[in-house]
Amino acid sequence: MIEHLDPVLLSRIQFAFTLSFHIIFPTFTIGLASWLSVLEWRWLQTGNPVYAETYRMWVKIFAVTFGMGVVSGVVMSFQFGTNWSVFSDRAGNILGPLLGYEVLGAFFLEASFLGIMLFGWNRVSPWIHFASTVIVALGTLISAFWILAANSWMQTPQGFRIGENGLLYPLGWMPIIFSPSFPYRFVHMVTAAYLTTAFFVGGVGALYLRRGLHARQARVMFGMAMIMAIFVAPLQLWFGDEHGLNTLVHQPAKVAAIEGLWETRRGAPLNLFGWPDQNAEKTLYAIEIPNLSSLILTHDWHGEVKGLKAWPKDERPPAPWVFWSFRVMVGLGMLMIFTGLSALVLYLRKRLFDTKWFHAWCVVMAPAGFAAVLAGWFVSEIGRQPYIIYGVMRTADAVSPVTGPPVAISLAAFFLTYSVVFGAGSYYIAKLIRHGPDIEPEVYGSHGVKEPPLITNIVPEEGKRDGQP
Amino acid sequence: MVNLEGLVDVPHIWFGLIATALFLYVLLDGFDLGVGILFPFAPSDQCRDSMMNSVAPFWDGNETWLVLSGGGLFAAFPLAYAILMPAFYMPVILMLLGLIFRGVAFEFRFKALKSRFIWDYAFHFGSIVAAFMQGMILGAFVQGVHVEGRSFAGHPFDWLNAYSFMTGVALLFGYALLGSSWLIMKTEGITRDWARKCSVYVMGYVALFMVIVSISMPMMNAGVKELWFSVPNVFYLLPVPLVTAGLFILLWRDLHKGAQTRPFFLSIGIFLMGYLGLGISLWPWLVPFAFTFRQAAAVVESQSFLLVGTVLILPVVLAYTGFCYYLFRGKTSNEGYY
Repeated sequence: MIEHLDPVLLSRIQFAFTLSFHIIFPTFTIGLASWLSVLEWRWLQTGNPVYAETYRMWVKIFAVTFGMGVVSGVVMSFQFGTNWSVFSDRAGNILGPLLGYEVLGAFFLEASFLGIMLFGWNRVSPWIHFASTVIVALGTLISAFWILAANSWMQTPQGFRIGENGLLYPLGWMPIIFSPSFPYRFVHMVTAAYLTTAFFVGGVGALYLRRGLHARQARVMFGMAMIMAIFVAPLQLWFGDEHGLNTLVHQPAKVAAIEGLWETRRGAPLNLFGWPDQNAEKTLYAIEIPNLSSLILTHDWHGEVKGLKAWPKDERPPAPWVFWSFRVMVGLGMLMIFTGLSALVLYLRKRLFDTKWFHAWCVVMAPAGFAAVLAGWFVSEIGRQPYIIYGVMRTADAVSPVTGPPVAISLAAFFLTYSVVFGAGSYYIAKLIRHGPDIEPEVYGSHGVKEPPLITNIVPEEGKRDGQP
Repeated sequence: MVNLEGLVDVPHIWFGLIATALFLYVLLDGFDLGVGILFPFAPSDQCRDSMMNSVAPFWDGNETWLVLSGGGLFAAFPLAYAILMPAFYMPVILMLLGLIFRGVAFEFRFKALKSRFIWDYAFHFGSIVAAFMQGMILGAFVQGVHVEGRSFAGHPFDWLNAYSFMTGVALLFGYALLGSSWLIMKTEGITRDWARKCSVYVMGYVALFMVIVSISMPMMNAGVKELWFSVPNVFYLLPVPLVTAGLFILLWRDLHKGAQTRPFFLSIGIFLMGYLGLGISLWPWLVPFAFTFRQAAAVVESQSFLLVGTVLILPVVLAYTGFCYYLFRGKTSNEGYY
């Protein structure tokens, strides 16, 4: 049995598993870092200690999340070689520098301003601390820039030539970095990170409000999150639509799988739900809305939309995965917009902070962003199969010369390790949330210094972790 | 496109950069892995706390050098990356898992109360696995990698043999020396006294393993033998073993005199000489003995493009790293940093 283990499939599962785990943390840190900047800015502006208290609670959660992002990210930087060595060899000239810049950026960030952000509260002036937070936030965005540039180039490659041994050579960095899908993907992903964070923070705020805990800080968390839900959730729908139209131009097979559309036709219907059957080459149990697919994709009731049958069988992505991941993502997005609308109505009726059922709803919605981000990446990554570099290199040709059993073992080991480690991480984050913000007498301008900041004799108070590296 | 070809020898610079990054990793993560290796043998829980605190401000910064080495190898020498990673598939993955356990143990240990012992063991065994696997990778690396065309063509367990096992054990002792001499410098009282005993104990093994590796490498490979023992090379290279021997003697005396700071720097010197010896033996191979660093280099436009950013960012990182060590200089207080 063991010799039938397919290294390609196993490597794909392993990569998908480790990457899905990893992406959760950067998504959260991108959003959290920017939000912490806003909090600290509000604190410096208003002098209201509630912002500082909220900041110091969430910066601890940021630290745990960032730590888990780093350790799961180290794994990623090796897996291109361990599992996709042929790909690394062929595309190294192009992707190497992009990922190299990501590492440098993340490294720079990790090695420098993060330390001040996490441990410098009592050591540096408020403005320097604020500047560090902003720089860390910028750093997370720079990291996202390079990673998404690399991913987008793999989705919509350009600016290269193919030389001897099948090696790819760069012809210009601007076309490589700014490949056609990159601007859309970047905006869509960063917005997703912000929304994910907003819903998580908002969920925690709602939990406190429901239980009557930490009312002042909870209002900040919940209120700011609802501002995001009201304004940014609808924007994300528009960004996503633009990204989809871009995909239709460059990866029409992905869109056909998203739509569950098999026949190329004019006036194509929208399959609301159904089951795309790969063998029967049709979508079973489909609930159709006539002509809507054509309208959305071509902005014309009778526009032509390509179906999956336009491609040979070995060029089609696995349709059910793409079809359903897309619906999960869009469905969650719609729920977010609904949340924003409800918040707006409640706010106008001045009931936002004391409507119990709505707080309960927001607690339920807390993990929605994470699920939507994962579903979105599933659409993007499964939808571009069978290619690893779209139209240039197939995933099956990219795999390392490793046999099945070592990959099976490593996959199992990753599964076990991640379950334990990240289970524990989530447990500690839950503990920090249960503990809630610490309130202490805050003297504005002193940055909370209660004793001379001597490194050697700072005694941490019970239940407090910040302030000391 | 940026092309620095006419100005400088780009592949050579990249080789130097990655060799430096890797050495910094070995050195910096070496001492905190060493602390993890020695962790359960410390006389008391209080000692363990101060051991942990002595490395807490540094460990994640130290580990990022590994990311830079791995990422840099992919960026600048994709062919080497594409051959070496599959060749060392299992040990690389095991090393990563070890590092994960060790890394999160740092974070969680300070937050846990009842479950603290679990994270103590995670820290210890994670460190051992990571260090041992690094040693095995080194042992397998110096024996050469079986390559056909542009891919690894050996067996998945090529890396597993008596020699690589020996180098794995050797690196455990090597890191233990770095760790214990670090503790002599950073701790006080019974922790320091115990660390000194550890240093004395492990330095003998480190010397023994360095002799074994130095003798076995020329015996295994005719090219290495030719390099070291032909005239006039032998005279130019003689300082390497002589300086190493001198460093060991100084370390021995320092440990018995009770010096506190110098042993750590002498251990660094010993590591530097070992690294230099390996580097000289393997020069100019990046995938021994199939591709030199020039053959494995990315196209010069790609190397140039990343070099620009590296030259700008790396000095800042180095300066900050130095500042961090300066900030937390001197003895670690027994109070938790967290």
